[in-house]
Amino acid sequence: MAVLALVFLYPLALVVRQSFQPDTGGTSLEPYTDVFASSAFREALWTTVWLAVAATAGCLVLGFVLALVIAFVPFPGARAVSRFIDVFLSFPSFLITLALLFIYGTVGMANGAWTDLTGADQGPFQFLTTPWGVLLAEITYFTPFVMRPLLAAFSQLDPGQLEAASSLGARAPRIVRRIILPEALPALAAGGSLVLVLCLNEFGIVLFTGAKGVTTLPTLVYGKAILESDYPGACVVAVVNVLISVGLYGLYRVVSRRAGA
Amino acid sequence: MLVHSRGARWAVWAVFLVLFLPLFALPLLVVLGASFATHWSSVLPSGLTTAHYEAATRGEALQALTTSLVTATTASLLALATGTWAALAAAALKRRHRKALDALFVLPLAVPSVVVGLATLVAFSQPPMLLNGTRWIVIIAHSVLVTAFAHQSVSAALARLDPAYEQAAASLGATPAYVLWRVKLPLLLPSLTAAAGLCFALSMGELSATMMLYPPDWTPLPVLIYAATDRGALFTGSAVAVVLMTATLLVLLAVSRIRTRASYR
Repeated sequence: MAVLALVFLYPLALVVRQSFQPDTGGTSLEPYTDVFASSAFREALWTTVWLAVAATAGCLVLGFVLALVIAFVPFPGARAVSRFIDVFLSFPSFLITLALLFIYGTVGMANGAWTDLTGADQGPFQFLTTPWGVLLAEITYFTPFVMRPLLAAFSQLDPGQLEAASSLGARAPRIVRRIILPEALPALAAGGSLVLVLCLNEFGIVLFTGAKGVTTLPTLVYGKAILESDYPGACVVAVVNVLISVGLYGLYRVVSRRAGA
Repeated sequence: MLVHSRGARWAVWAVFLVLFLPLFALPLLVVLGASFATHWSSVLPSGLTTAHYEAATRGEALQALTTSLVTATTASLLALATGTWAALAAAALKRRHRKALDALFVLPLAVPSVVVGLATLVAFSQPPMLLNGTRWIVIIAHSVLVTAFAHQSVSAALARLDPAYEQAAASLGATPAYVLWRVKLPLLLPSLTAAAGLCFALSMGELSATMMLYPPDWTPLPVLIYAATDRGALFTGSAVAVVLMTATLLVLLAVSRIRTRASYR
């Protein structure tokens, strides 16, 4: 208890304190007004939020479809695939971006194939350093986080229900909509809000794309503190980021507790 | 079985493969392939070589590997000790206090790890604790980050533990310390090792807090991979990434062997 307070709460408190202390000394709201007035901050906030929301939506759709196939239309090797997804979770996120650089980078696989086939000197895939590249990487990395709770929820679904429905003449889309989706909603909500929080805090993926145009709140904290040595500004951004994600995480805890009940 | 006709089933599987392979299997294969290549400007890598691995298992990279391993091991052990201690203590508390303690311990999950890095940097760069520039600051940040996971899985296991065991031991005259050591901890061992594996994997791949903190003589592998890719050495970077993945997987495998042996006892 005391250990945690020392190494975690005490530093956090210092961050909050420093966010009120501009370089000129004294205590004021000046860092806050400075940061809120800067367009870089507002842009980063907006990018962070829409990337996180879009990535969460993508993960939910993709994760739902993939988990549905693994659980209800099983094929030989489906168990191996779900084991593979568990392993996927233990890899660091920036590996995905590294791989995407080889696949969709300016001289990567996809562009190379295109230039070989058509003889053009540039490939069509130039989206990697834009927010879309970050979005693709985040969806790839975070979809397993949705699939795991979904697979757990699907394994508790009574197959008798499905068989009864289909013997009464319901087709597959109707069964998915009327039986599986309501059953999966708590797991979807819990997985989705976890992914939302993780996306808001994602740092490695954004850093590795090397996208100059994409700044999210975590990279803004890093840039301000390490590259510009503007500690009060970094602390302000950090406080805002913490407030957003702790708020969302609280929501996640409430949702997942209700799902467990 | 949701889809009955054979054709429809094949169609569903085809859609699954089209979604699954490019998104999940391809990235790992590509990193693996790139680590053996010197050029990659068409569909397949060319100029196969193992030179990147020679570079990735020598000098700077080897040092980074040991750095990562030492950091991850120390951080997981510290996190496991504090997390287990807190979970055991919380179980003895009243319901309201227990909830507060639980919420406190999962907070590092929600706080962005960059902010944890910044906070550690701010706190330990000034007296009374001057740790900036030492390896301890990295280890402390990692321990804080993974303690939440250790605490969560241990307290979940503790909640499922049958209280009859410890009551039986206590009624037979065992002291609380003896009950903890001979009854509770052995029963918790499977979840403890699972938590240790999780903490280790997370700490091995941790980049964001480390970027804020690392001193020049204590560079873990992810930072090295970032440095390599940042200066354009993508192939060396991916070889180091494969070394990182292999090391993580080997340790996870070793940890899961401990677990199976413990559950037979």
